Amino acid sequence: MRAAVVVFPGSNCDRDLAVAFEQAGFDVTMVWHKDASLPAGLDIVGVPGGFSYGDYLRCGAIAAQSPICKAVVEHTERGGYAMGVCNGFQILTETGILPGALLRNAGLKYICKTVGLKVATSDSVFTQGYNAGDVIGIPIAHHDGNYYADDETLAMLRDQDRVAFTYAENPNGSRGDIAGILSENRRVLGMMPHPERAADAGHGGTDGAALFRALAGVLTPA
Amino acid sequence: MKARVHVMLKNGVLDPQGEAVRHALGAMGFDKVTGVRQGKVIDLDLADGATEADVAEMCEKLLANTVIERYEIELV
Repeated sequence: MRAAVVVFPGSNCDRDLAVAFEQAGFDVTMVWHKDASLPAGLDIVGVPGGFSYGDYLRCGAIAAQSPICKAVVEHTERGGYAMGVCNGFQILTETGILPGALLRNAGLKYICKTVGLKVATSDSVFTQGYNAGDVIGIPIAHHDGNYYADDETLAMLRDQDRVAFTYAENPNGSRGDIAGILSENRRVLGMMPHPERAADAGHGGTDGAALFRALAGVLTPA
Repeated sequence: MKARVHVMLKNGVLDPQGEAVRHALGAMGFDKVTGVRQGKVIDLDLADGATEADVAEMCEKLLANTVIERYEIELV
């Protein structure tokens, strides 16, 4: 199984995400933002957290126009799997791969703490290791994690069972308490909380490990 | 030629920063402010031959996120 993790100037969760993939059994290749293509035979691409391009203009806006992101868009259009965490989620919305946008937290403060995350659906490769309704402890660390989508998009996400995770207690003003969503083909996950920071006993929690374990062996390269 | 692009959050999208500014103004005694929306202004220096349509394309593709923002172009 092969995973790639994209590295932008300002990424800071790229190695954590790579380790989480490795612990689940993936061979991981790091790819640079200037690369124009992803490695062949890739099962999944991870877009990590951090502050790509210093969050200039809007979080994820410049990264979304980088050469590697064009390759990520093509990968997902071919039906490839991808997951974006935190800044990676912001980047996936800026590319249009996932709907909606992430606004400044309603309380205006950067929040870094472990929160209760409710698994909204177990019907995806990312969430099949949990039961719908489970509440897991996963850290958040963001200033712009306030998920926004218009009423029509929210209704579509709910109708298509594409909300992956919701906050047990909404920390940032996200509409519908949404913490993570899936693409229409359920092969792309974007989420603000950091499962890769709760994937090893040394992290103080391992509730995120099931997400990575569940990916192992079920993906098909695109 | 220069262009000035104004980017504002769409009506209906909560602007927490604007709200914080409104509260601060109220606390300072400016009691006639009923709402604040905060946006950004982007000035572009353009080469000869650039058109408003070019700037609109830049707005659509990068300068504004039309999911949450609207933009106005001013050629100056």
